[in-house]
Amino acid sequence: MSRAFWNILLKDIKTYYLKPPNISWGIIFPVSWTLMFFIRSGGAVDIRGILPGVMALSVLFGTTSMLAVTITFERRQRSFERLLVAPISLNQLMLAKTTGAIIFGVLYAFVPVLFAAFLIDLSGINWFFTFISVLLIAVTSTFLGLFVAVSVSEVFEAQTFSNFFRFPMVFLCGLFIPLHNLPVFLRPLSYLLPLTYGADMLKFSINHAGSIPVWLSILVLVAYGAGLFLFSTYNIQKKWID
Amino acid sequence: MSIIEVTNLSKRFGDLEAVKGISFSVAEGEIFGFLGPNGAGKTTTINMLTGLARPTAGRITISGQDGIKNIKKVQRFIGIVPDESNLYNELSGFENLVFCASLYEMGKREREARARELLARFGLAGTGKRPFKAYSKGMKRKLTIAAGIIHDPKILFLDEPTTGIDVESAGQIRELIKDLNRKGTTVFLTTHYIEEAERLCHRIGFIVDGKVVAVDSVNRLLRETQQENTVEFTMDKRKAGLESLLQKSFPGITVKEISAHKVRIASPEEIELMPFMQFFSANNIKIKEAKIVRPTLEEVFLKITGIKIHKLNKEKEGGAK
Ligand SMILES: Nc1ncnc2c1ncn2[C@@H]1O[C@H](COP(=O)(O)OP(=O)(O)O)[C@@H](O)[C@H]1O
Ligand SMILES: [Mg+2]
Repeated sequence: MSRAFWNILLKDIKTYYLKPPNISWGIIFPVSWTLMFFIRSGGAVDIRGILPGVMALSVLFGTTSMLAVTITFERRQRSFERLLVAPISLNQLMLAKTTGAIIFGVLYAFVPVLFAAFLIDLSGINWFFTFISVLLIAVTSTFLGLFVAVSVSEVFEAQTFSNFFRFPMVFLCGLFIPLHNLPVFLRPLSYLLPLTYGADMLKFSINHAGSIPVWLSILVLVAYGAGLFLFSTYNIQKKWID
Repeated sequence: MSIIEVTNLSKRFGDLEAVKGISFSVAEGEIFGFLGPNGAGKTTTINMLTGLARPTAGRITISGQDGIKNIKKVQRFIGIVPDESNLYNELSGFENLVFCASLYEMGKREREARARELLARFGLAGTGKRPFKAYSKGMKRKLTIAAGIIHDPKILFLDEPTTGIDVESAGQIRELIKDLNRKGTTVFLTTHYIEEAERLCHRIGFIVDGKVVAVDSVNRLLRETQQENTVEFTMDKRKAGLESLLQKSFPGITVKEISAHKVRIASPEEIELMPFMQFFSANNIKIKEAKIVRPTLEEVFLKITGIKIHKLNKEKEGGAK
């Protein structure tokens, strides 16, 4: 990777990701989700049971909302043009602009794990697959955020459009409502969503409870990530260098 | 030798053809200016030359490279100053420059040294630590120019470098551009200020409605549209019937009184001053001043394009900082 790549990444981390609102988001989000389950279940919450869901959602919401800033906002400010006319290939540029979100997405995922470690026994977790699952969820949701950022021109549009993907995913990915409890007509939709596969992998790694073969999940997530990235860079070529 | 060669370049936005098959070239080492009113296609042309817009048709060659296919290679040795200052608000002046240098693969020590050098040269050394958003408009534009030349480009593109900023900063920016050019940088700039083009540029292209209607040096543009020689006399007093008297004594000339004490004489031939001085003297008129009147670039522009273009004093419209 070129010097430009590392410096774009470092600049984003310094100016966006390490800012207090982002840091506190990473902490408040998992805490409030856990609290919500706590209240709903009347005090007897199975922390280990909801851990995969809280992790996956921390990543999903953390990454997709960040790209609205690092890309949509910079485009409004026109500083993004500076990057487009720099002697760096579009692929490297977009990787540089998304890697920060991926790194912080992974970090966000482990915040709830840290909290859980104080409350319950975490033995028996396959940490290697947990990490792979989190990484793949971070990559696909970041590139989903990129896809959204490329399709809109205002920051508020990016947020609205993201929710259009995010909220259905929360309910259809099988984390909170098991897939076999979903109405039959919604199930095909579930299998179209990348988070379904990421969540299943996480359930497998943490609670040995997955229902989709791991290799298939990895394959689907990698394909999703690559597809979204290629589609986005193609779109940038077409729309932003117009 | 030309460093930029543009052939039949055009750009279409849907139904609108913003640039209509223009051709021109820029010689190495010169300051070339694109002069035209708002909406003429200046920014669209710069965007195509720098890789921010894809031409609909035509060819661009920059320093021997295909400026469309090999644009990423070309971008290594060109500098770009857009029409709006587009640096990062949250970063300081110094950080902005260092970041921009890194986009051109410069090493850390080299970046920082160059950033410091440019801040000093642009009179911004004292404000290098302030965030960009706290800069005045003039300072922002200067820093944006500094960012554009951070990697010491062979060619610098500037889109309306002095539009919308205070008169003093505008003057400093013009000096900076001249200075860069003296040190060997080829400059391509756009402007809608006629005096700016006249003062700054070696050669000018008039662009109107997506078409380049004339390209030449300022002197040649002035000379070629001048069909008549004109002399203006300033007299010490007014004399009734002077016009017809002059006309009678010098058949073949055109006489025009332009004020009580000023009269203009035009002729397709070269004008000899002596006979006129004798004429005035015989009529008891003292001549306080006699001068040759040249057309202004503004008149030339009007003549060629039929359009009255902004005067420099429009700078006020952007307001002082
Ligand atoms: N992205 C775009 N989409 C549609 N029309 C555009 C776009 N950019 C410029 N134009 C139009 O092209 C014409 C030339 O614009 P521009 O190159 O910005 O002119 P100038 O810089 O000389 O003021 C204008 O009519 C403008 O409205
Ligand atoms: Mg313009």
